[in-house]
Amino acid sequence: MADTTQTAGHGPGSGSHSGGDPSRRDFIYLAAAATGVVGAAVTVWPFIDSLNPAADTLALASTDVDLAPVQVGQSITVTWRGKPVFIRHRTPEEIKSATDVNVSELRDPQKDADRAKKPEWLVVVGICTHLGCIPLGQKNSDPRGEYGGWFCPCHGSVYDTSGRIRKGPAPRNLEVPGYAFKTDTSIRIG
Amino acid sequence: MAHGPATSSFKNPVVNWLDQRLPIFTMIQKEYGVFPTPRNFNYFWNFGAIAMIMLVTMIVSGIVLAMHYTPNTNLAFNSVERIMRDVNFGWLIRYIHMNGASFFFIAVYIHIFRGLYYGSYKKPRELLWMVGVVIFLLMMATAFMGYVLPWGQMSFWGATVITNLFSALPLVGQDIVTLLWGGFSVDNPTLNRFFALHYLLPFVIAAVVFLHVAALHVTGSNNPLGVEPKGPQDTLPFHPYYTVKDSFGTVVYLAIFAAFVFYAPNFFGEPDNYIQANPMVTPPHIVPEWYFLPYYAILRSITFDISIPFTGLKLIEAKLGGVIAMFGSIAILFILPWLDTSPVRSARFRPIFKKGILAFLVAFFLLMYVGAQTADAAWHLGGLEIPLVYVGQLATLVYFGFFLSLPFVGLIEKPLPLPASIAKPVLGGGASAAGATAKPMEKA
Amino acid sequence: MRRLRSLILAGLVAVAAAAPAVASEEMEYPKNEWSHGAVTRGFSNIFGTFDRKALQRGFQVYKEVCSACHSMNLLSYRNLSALGYNEAEITAIAAGYDMTDGPNDEGEMFTRKGVPADHFKAPFPNEKAAAAANGGKAPPDLSLIVKARKGGEDYIVALMTGFETAPAGFTVPSGGNYNKAFPGHVIAMPPPLSDGGVTFADGTKATVEQQAKDVATFLAWAAEPNLEARHQMGLKVMIFLIVLAGILYAAKRAVWADQH
Repeated sequence: MADTTQTAGHGPGSGSHSGGDPSRRDFIYLAAAATGVVGAAVTVWPFIDSLNPAADTLALASTDVDLAPVQVGQSITVTWRGKPVFIRHRTPEEIKSATDVNVSELRDPQKDADRAKKPEWLVVVGICTHLGCIPLGQKNSDPRGEYGGWFCPCHGSVYDTSGRIRKGPAPRNLEVPGYAFKTDTSIRIG
Repeated sequence: MAHGPATSSFKNPVVNWLDQRLPIFTMIQKEYGVFPTPRNFNYFWNFGAIAMIMLVTMIVSGIVLAMHYTPNTNLAFNSVERIMRDVNFGWLIRYIHMNGASFFFIAVYIHIFRGLYYGSYKKPRELLWMVGVVIFLLMMATAFMGYVLPWGQMSFWGATVITNLFSALPLVGQDIVTLLWGGFSVDNPTLNRFFALHYLLPFVIAAVVFLHVAALHVTGSNNPLGVEPKGPQDTLPFHPYYTVKDSFGTVVYLAIFAAFVFYAPNFFGEPDNYIQANPMVTPPHIVPEWYFLPYYAILRSITFDISIPFTGLKLIEAKLGGVIAMFGSIAILFILPWLDTSPVRSARFRPIFKKGILAFLVAFFLLMYVGAQTADAAWHLGGLEIPLVYVGQLATLVYFGFFLSLPFVGLIEKPLPLPASIAKPVLGGGASAAGATAKPMEKA
Repeated sequence: MRRLRSLILAGLVAVAAAAPAVASEEMEYPKNEWSHGAVTRGFSNIFGTFDRKALQRGFQVYKEVCSACHSMNLLSYRNLSALGYNEAEITAIAAGYDMTDGPNDEGEMFTRKGVPADHFKAPFPNEKAAAAANGGKAPPDLSLIVKARKGGEDYIVALMTGFETAPAGFTVPSGGNYNKAFPGHVIAMPPPLSDGGVTFADGTKATVEQQAKDVATFLAWAAEPNLEARHQMGLKVMIFLIVLAGILYAAKRAVWADQH
């Protein structure tokens, strides 16, 4: 349909038109082409938007977690939007090591207080910010790297007890998902 | 073709650069720009372009649907309903695809009928016509398999009935059916392969459409008079005359299509297909999609065994006879160019052929109607009861009779006088100018 | 061109003239007025929207009566926002159901309160259980029933109000009920609705007729939840295409002006 725009340029028939005033004719061609292009562009949108998350996917976008059974020093992994979320019930030492850091020396400077809503609970998305592997450190027997947090086996990124990147190739700290405490011992992620 | 860069002379230097290396712009210019096209097309000549647009619509909406669909007997029905309920604009895309199939067939049926009426299948366009019949066959296969995918009751039982047709073949019938199913009934393997083929075939169709158009551009288009263009006075450049006319016709057609998508999306559908497939329960009345109804009626019309008279020797069982008749009703289109012996193309100048094609059209619609009724339905005219089977058999007779009588019609028919050229009746001069004798097909 | 047109018309007329004479075994149902336009009747009301009050009453009828036997597996509680319920109300409705979930970390299934993302709770754990509890045939799922039956909404109303005593000479087998709207007239379902069987919060008098219409409206929405979006978008698309066709027609006239 869009080829109607070319009419003015070439096409042996177009030069010899005798019907009507040329400027009015050009206006009609332009209007036809413009309307057609707008229509085509608008038509594309539903097809693109259909690839966005569907209503049932969005309905499952938040996850409730009961923290009561998690002991001090223990970590749990929950699934949120198909991704692992690490929840660690931190010991006083872990909290201390997380807060006793000179923030300005970090690759991705962030205070521990900005990353944990309550100091004893750390909630981070368990996906290495380098290339998307899942770091080790959820079990006490896992290697946790020299900063006591998590260690990514893929390319050796090391995270501290606040989930901040300390060593290795990862550019950013482990992401903190949006979450809120519904009660003292339960949170809703998302 | 000469070596070295082609000599292109487009104003835009980028276009020029590209065209010297790969002359697509020259080609577009030649095939769709200045391409000489008979000047006397009526609106029936829009339906080729419309069918092409519908093919594109089906492929685009189909690809998006496939991204959300799950070809598994346990999940297929619900995945389609998820598209209808949860996927953004999923209802729109599915209704476009559902109704698009019907509107694709409507366009193609009109396109085929136009070819029949104006004799577009005749020399030198025999191969063009045959390639078109191949497209039609591929479309039918694609549509049939697509209808199985939502895994409703009609999907399942339609698939069961149609695949069982092959069991009518002697000796190997049952083995072929088992092979088609990948099991002992229509089941998960069947659904999976139908999905794979339903995704593949549209691209095959697109390729064959390309051949169809390529062949068209060798012979040039037929026209309502069926007289070949004799010179520049008989033709117009395709662009802008027919680009704008095709665009207009296409948009009108799309508006009708949209009216159904938005206001009667289930008009062409069957309520039973909103019930999930249940292999244990057959719906009381299995009907195929409307575009298959005439052939379904032909299939059901062969209710009798064909035997050698007086010996009682059975040649063809009714079941096999029905299958042969059904496939024959399409296959006969392949030999149509050689069945029709008349040198005149357009039905405008063929009084007997014109009556025949009217009878054929009535028979076609009658078959479509009969195919939609239950097998034991009947007409009640006063006290008279006419079983529809007889109506279907009569219509089947007319259907085949139309084609098979063409060799004789060509011999006995006295055509009306043909115009000397396309330009004559269009630009004044009148049809009788070139003398009263029918000059068949000129140099064609 | 004109000859061809008359030819096609003649063909269509011939078939159309023959059509009404056929013996029809299909049932006809009295047509009701629907504010949404009937889902299964094409072009019935191109501006139609669902009556929200009727939807809520219909949902109440389903919840209090139909849901004892009929599932609606394709619907989720979150979908009820389309009926005009707010998030708190939907959460409360969902929390009224106990859902089986799991397995948990110990491998056990457990029971929890329903949430809006849950599908409607089915009355029976599976189809076999539903069949066993209902004389051998499972009550059909109602999610798509309006689109899955000829007559759609009108059929639902006719069925709900069609229970009556069998005419003389018609024997109803045991376990069956006579219904004038049901194909074959013998239905396993006993009359589900009764005058005053539910109490509507909005004060509408709960006659059988009223309940039948409301539940049919609700089931129409359940089968075609995007009807309103479809009607609204359709209007815009139709206007656009007609305008575009008009412009193209003008362009076509301009191009062909020197050829006619």
